[in-house]
Amino acid sequence: MKKRKLGLALSLVLAAGTLLGACGKTTDNNNATNKGTKNAKPSFTVGMVTDVGGIDDKSFNQSAWKGLQEFGADNNMQKGTKGFDYLQSQSDADYSTNLNTLSRQGFSLVYGIGFMMQQAVDDIAKQQTKTKFAIIDAEVKEPNVASVLFKENEGSFLAGVVAGMVTKTNKIGFIGGMESAVIERFEAGFRAGVQAANPKATVDVQYAASFTSAEKGQAIASKMYSSGEDVIFAAAGGTGTGMFKEARDRKAKDPSKDFWTIGVDSDQTAEGVVTAGGKQVNVVLTSSMKRVDNAVKDISTKAMKGNFPGGQTTTYGLAEDGVGLAPLNDGMPNKDAIQKAVSDWQDKIKSGSVKVPATRAELKTFSAK
Amino acid sequence: MSFMEVLMIIIPSTLLWAAPLVFTALGGVFSERSGVVNIGLEGLMWIGAFSSIVFNLTFVHVFGNWTPWISLLAAMVAGGLFAILHAVASITFRADHTVSGVAINLLASGITLFLVKYIYGKGETDIIQKGFSKIDIPVLKDIPVIGKLFFQDTYWTSYLAIVVAFIAWYIIYKTPFGLRLRSCGEHPMAADTMGINVTKMRYLGVIISGMLGGIGGGVYAEAISSNFSHATISGQGFMALAAMIFGKWHPLGAMGAAIFFGFAQSISIIGSSLPLLKNIPDVYLLIAPYVLTILALTGFIGRAEAPKADGVHYIKGSR
Repeated sequence: MKKRKLGLALSLVLAAGTLLGACGKTTDNNNATNKGTKNAKPSFTVGMVTDVGGIDDKSFNQSAWKGLQEFGADNNMQKGTKGFDYLQSQSDADYSTNLNTLSRQGFSLVYGIGFMMQQAVDDIAKQQTKTKFAIIDAEVKEPNVASVLFKENEGSFLAGVVAGMVTKTNKIGFIGGMESAVIERFEAGFRAGVQAANPKATVDVQYAASFTSAEKGQAIASKMYSSGEDVIFAAAGGTGTGMFKEARDRKAKDPSKDFWTIGVDSDQTAEGVVTAGGKQVNVVLTSSMKRVDNAVKDISTKAMKGNFPGGQTTTYGLAEDGVGLAPLNDGMPNKDAIQKAVSDWQDKIKSGSVKVPATRAELKTFSAK
Repeated sequence: MSFMEVLMIIIPSTLLWAAPLVFTALGGVFSERSGVVNIGLEGLMWIGAFSSIVFNLTFVHVFGNWTPWISLLAAMVAGGLFAILHAVASITFRADHTVSGVAINLLASGITLFLVKYIYGKGETDIIQKGFSKIDIPVLKDIPVIGKLFFQDTYWTSYLAIVVAFIAWYIIYKTPFGLRLRSCGEHPMAADTMGINVTKMRYLGVIISGMLGGIGGGVYAEAISSNFSHATISGQGFMALAAMIFGKWHPLGAMGAAIFFGFAQSISIIGSSLPLLKNIPDVYLLIAPYVLTILALTGFIGRAEAPKADGVHYIKGSR
């Protein structure tokens, strides 16, 4: 009997350890919060709720937080409830609670980061009508919610131009995470860009049905490289890391051949470093970036100045600096010509003379002038 | 794409994907054969993946090209140590095996992510520079046809996994140690009467299971993901558990099941470029691995029977 109790106690210790592990981040926040309260309070405060990716997911949560930090620095705000702060969601169930917590703490503007939070933002915005909300990558039709979308197709169009000009085999691959409007924009823009730069090239499109399985990304990339494709663009989150691994492995084994990759969301150059044939090379051509930080700064500034775009959808494209292309890899052939082509297309898109397709249907009627 | 080309893509990716599952499933076999249910395999893989990546990043300058292998040893040790928690809770203190296993899973993900944050100040590690890479196996690669299919562009870890599966089979079925281990899982009281220390055997089973689970996680991290983040291990431990049951708690069966999972996965990826399967909508190919698994489980292997005393506490003197 005594042993039983000890067993129970041990299980409790294990469980407590788990809970504490999960709480690590929250305690951090509270400390920061306490520090923040000592300072004078500006009237405008802004908070954000991450999705399950966490605050440093190398993707849009991290980017959004960077935008908030910059916004805070520009306006002499402190991290904490009197300035700017974030809450992390450990699971889908946390979204509503976190949004509610932030609005009750009196934040003037609360961001929900990611399309997964659409429903939660909708629900909480109806309850907390005095708080302003903003949602990234989704649309919520409420008077106190600003919806933020990106023209991912414009950024990946430029990536497509690079791919089209780099490829020697005229075969290019595209790996998508899951079928959704956002990933479709990536796909349509990329294919249009390839078509514009190199009409002879074909794009092989494959979806992995997962944003987290590196092994699928690796298997798909392996298949693509084996069938002669020499540039692959992955818009697939963690699944994309498998593509980078495959490209690095192949490059290391056969340095004379080309195994190029294109990254997504942020500059993924660091993923492509490999030692091939005795020297260090990089297999990442460039990355199609999504500047959530710029969008967050912009919306926050608008809200602070009193012209919060509530009830509207704001779309950020190349012209608004909401999407873009990371610096090109120095190792690619004809870098100068490609750089020039990219800036030409960029100007055309910004001026509106080229409209980049955002869906497969639009892609069918697209023709590059 | 010719048939040969198709095989040349499917086989290496099957083996690559199966390797971590084989190791982890073997771990499960050792634990459950000794009578301790281990659904903490997922957590042990977390620990293995985490420790191999951290070790690799830290010591890559010291060990050079041997780093991935030594990191695998580190993952093995870490997994073994972590499994002691499960052993203490479920054997000595007679906690419910399933509850303790769940606690292991939760604790592992919490502690590793916390440590990554603590050590590197961000949510995921950098990528490792020396991981397991594609190799051609000397001599064997020159065998016509077979060499090209099985021994080119592959990974050492895949073959290590298969070899370890045969060693595990030998140990469990052909050595006195294996017989004792199995008897503790089937009828611990009889084993005890014959002078076998049931507690010790079960501890060993769980610790070996932790070591193999750690290696499984390490192989996944070093051969596939190349870094450690919240998404590195996402369900592979449970796949391994399924492979173990599918393989009827037999080392070679578990290996076969793991390879089957890898194969089904590869088919779902390559399928879209096969002339025969090209016109099938994607969704059917993507669910194929799971459908095949259900079919195989219900139709072909018959009843999978666990060791008799699996999950039953052994209390000396009780009937």
